[in-house]
This record gives sequence, structure tokens and C-alpha cells, in this order.
Amino acid sequence: MTTPTAVALEDAKVAFRLGDGRVYTAVEKAHLAVAQGEFVAIVGPTGCGKSTLLNVAAGLLKPAAGSVRIFDQPLAGLNRDAGYLFQADALFPWKTALDNVAIGLEIKGTPRAEALPRAQKWLTSVGLGAFAGRYPHMLSGGQRKRVALAQVLIRDPKILLMDEPFGPLDAQTRQVMGNLLLDLWSADRKAVLFVTHDLEEAIALADRVVIMSAGPSSRIIGDWKVTLPRPRDIFEVRLDKEFHALHREIWSVLKDEVMKGYAQSTHAAEAV
Amino acid sequence: MSRPTLFALQVLVAVVCIVLWQVLSTVPVFGKILLPPFFFSNPLDVFSQIVKWFASGVIWKHLGITLAESILAFVIGSLGGVLVGFWFARQPIVAAVFDPYVKMVNALPRVVLAPIFALWLGLGIWSKVALGVTLVFFIVFFNVYQGVKEVSRTVLDNGRMLGMSERQLMQHVYWPSALSWMFSSLHTSVGFAVVGAVVGEYLGSAAGLGYLIQQAEGVFDVAGVFAGMFVLSAFVILIDYGVTLVERRLLVWRPTASDGRG
Repeated sequence: MTTPTAVALEDAKVAFRLGDGRVYTAVEKAHLAVAQGEFVAIVGPTGCGKSTLLNVAAGLLKPAAGSVRIFDQPLAGLNRDAGYLFQADALFPWKTALDNVAIGLEIKGTPRAEALPRAQKWLTSVGLGAFAGRYPHMLSGGQRKRVALAQVLIRDPKILLMDEPFGPLDAQTRQVMGNLLLDLWSADRKAVLFVTHDLEEAIALADRVVIMSAGPSSRIIGDWKVTLPRPRDIFEVRLDKEFHALHREIWSVLKDEVMKGYAQSTHAAEAV
Repeated sequence: MSRPTLFALQVLVAVVCIVLWQVLSTVPVFGKILLPPFFFSNPLDVFSQIVKWFASGVIWKHLGITLAESILAFVIGSLGGVLVGFWFARQPIVAAVFDPYVKMVNALPRVVLAPIFALWLGLGIWSKVALGVTLVFFIVFFNVYQGVKEVSRTVLDNGRMLGMSERQLMQHVYWPSALSWMFSSLHTSVGFAVVGAVVGEYLGSAAGLGYLIQQAEGVFDVAGVFAGMFVLSAFVILIDYGVTLVERRLLVWRPTASDGRG
């Protein structure tokens, strides 16, 4: 393969020191490569450390062992090539939608007069052209996610890291956002690492689906290529035969892990 | 309840209280006046005293001085509170070292400082400003400290991932967050600035509303004391209204409690 690797996690291990001095290993020996222009989804049961892995790729967390390479350069500090879409609300509540998007450019030193029209264009392309003057609390959850998407994309990052970005949204809004994401992504195929607990969402969006085992010390236990043709429509792709076959195949592996993860979390709750 | 009804009821409360006061202090009940004029004066005397102050223009000088002291106390106290609050929040070690002393000074009833300030700064406006500053400073300080420390982790990470430097984080994240906390306590801190000024004047001065009240009390002029209290209340309500206007402009981005989250 000649396409360069955008993100490479090499035997990355992530561990935290707990309050009582014990060490909790969240992720063990994670090996994962995302090629340029590739859309990879990470799926795993709750608490398996998939968000942790994403934070390692972002440089927000340092791996305890192993290494992270971004475009074949070892990552030191924050990943400057990446845009990060958070699960929780991450917009600046004191800035309007327009200012929230424009800030991505202003940070880089783009003059405000130039940043504002470009931000307006991005707001329009996520369908919020008429909401530029609203503050985040005046927008719905889905609208806030759109602003966040524009805020990240206006900087034109080479890599997009997404941490269950549509998690808090209702089912319909999620599908609409998924289609919006695919539309924007297909324009200039960035490398995407997309974390979700929703297998259907993962198959519908991604080129590759990676499955993680239940934590602690979770590992990557499966890697499937999704060959469904693009451009895809999330509503329709779910009716495809190939989609169903793939879903059944991956679910047979994932199901055990979900049950394990569930048993562990109830067990842990009892221990406390 | 509709606004006009509410307003009518509010006025009614004042009317009932004033009429009761007037009647009980002038008309004997069973041969006895329940509110002796020497201790309670009566609304007409109080009102005529207020009119006299405004008609002769004496009151403006006193109002002006109290206002100047309050504003100075508020500005200086807020500036100090913001600076120190920021510094402590960004330097946890400094905060930890000073923590017991901050608590100690804050626990001190500020009135006992008034004689010291009068001694150090004289009987002019600065001893009153100093008293107000010690009150305002701690409110602003605690709020800014909280505001900087309780910036949402996600918003902070988002700023970092968007490429903000420490200075830009300061400008776009810490500073607005701290300001929003400070403004949420604006009513309290402005109120305390006035309290500092008036208490300071009361304890020793040559001008101001507190001085006016203290002088009236010194000659058992109860009407004068009440008149001073009413002017002071009206003064505080006016300032508070001004604060509300400022707040509405500066905190447009904040959801009000009734907004809900969608």
C-alpha cells in the first residue's frame, strides 16, 4: 500500500494510577493503523477504553508503553494535525455560533474580518446559516453538534478524531448527522477515527470497523473491512444484504464482550 | 398574576404600613399613643425632612460622596479580587500556602477594621473606600477563583485541540468563565461596596449618608434617621437596577433558569 499512514498506534498501553495507589490498565497493546483518507470506527462495550485510545491519538493522554506515530512522525504533545469532536458539549458558551466557528481560524492568526465570512460559509454548509447569532444554549443538541463539527472542520485538520459525537442525540438526529458527516467527509477524505458503541452506526459510516474487548486491559479483538459502495445513504444502507451479513458476523463477536462488560460493571457495583 | 395587579399589591403594602405608622404615632388608642413620636417620629415629619434635604440641595453632596466611595471600593476591590483570584487558581501552591490566612481575614468582621483604616487613612473618603474594598475583594476573589478552577474540562480540552496557546486559553476560556462567575455575584459585591462606605461614614466622617444618619441620631432627631434610611434604600435600589441593566448586556450568552436545555 502506498497511501501514507495518518495515525499509527503501536502496542499502545494506557494505564492510570488510581486514588488508592493501584494501577488500572485501561488498554493493553493496542495496534491500530489508519491510512490517509480512511474512515475507521472503533466499537466496544461501555468502559472498554475506546475513548481513552482516541485521547492517546489526540495527544491528550500519554501512553504508558508503546508509541503513537502521526504521518510517520512520533507524536510529542498534542496532535496538531487532528481535529477532535467531543461527546460532551465543548462549544464556548460565551461565544455565538459564528464566533465559535471563527475562533478556529482566529487562533491561527487569521484576521477576524477574514475569519467571519468563512465561518458563516461553514455554518451554512452544516445547515445553520440562519443561526449565526445564537448562543449555544439557544440551540438544540443536534444544532450544537453541527456547530462543533464546523468549528473543527474550518481548521481543515488532516485527521478527524470523533468520540461518540452523536451519542447524546436522538435516533433520527443521529442519522441526519451521520449523513451530513459523510457528505462533508467525501469532499476531501480526511483520515477519521470514529468511536461509537453503536455497531450499526459504525458499519454504515466506516471503511473499517475495529472491535475492542471489554475492559480492563481491553485489546483490539477484531478488524473488519466494510466494502459497501460509496456514496452511502445511512437510511438506505441499513437495508442492504451485505450490511446485514456483516452486522451478524461482527455482532457474534461483540455480543460476548458486551455481556462481559455488563457483568463486570454490575459486579464492580456490587463490590462497592 | 398580571404585572399591574402585582404592582398594585406591592404599593398597597407600603400604603398600609405608612398609614398604620402615621395613625399609631399621632392618634391615641385607649388614651395612649402606641408609637411615641420621640422614638418613632411619623411619616409626615420624615417626608418633610427628605423634601427639605432635596429642596435645599444639601443631600446631593452627601449622596455624591457615598456614591464615589462605593464606586471606588467596588472598582478597587474587584480589580484586586480578579487579579489574586486568577493568580491563586493558576498557581495551586500559592493558593495552598495562603489558604489559612485568606480564611482568617475573611472570617474577621470587617467593622473592627474601620478604626484602623480611620487611623491610617484619616477621616476622608479613603478610609471608607478601604473598608468597602475589604468586603468586595473577598466576594470577587472567591468567585473568580471558583470560575477559573471550574472551567469545564471538555471546553478546555477543546480549546487545546483547536490549537490555543496558554495565552489564548486565558483570553478565550479562563477569562470569560471567571467573569461570568464574578458577574453572578455583582449584586452582592455592589451591595457590599455601599455597606462599606455607609458603615465607614457612620463610624467617623464629615460627609456622606452614613454621616447624615449618625448626626441625626446624635441629636435624637429620629425623623432625620428615618429620612436618611429611606434615601439610602432608594439609592441602593437605583444602583441595583443599574447593575441589572449591565448584567443583562454582559451575560446574554447565559441560559436563564426558565430556558431549559433542548
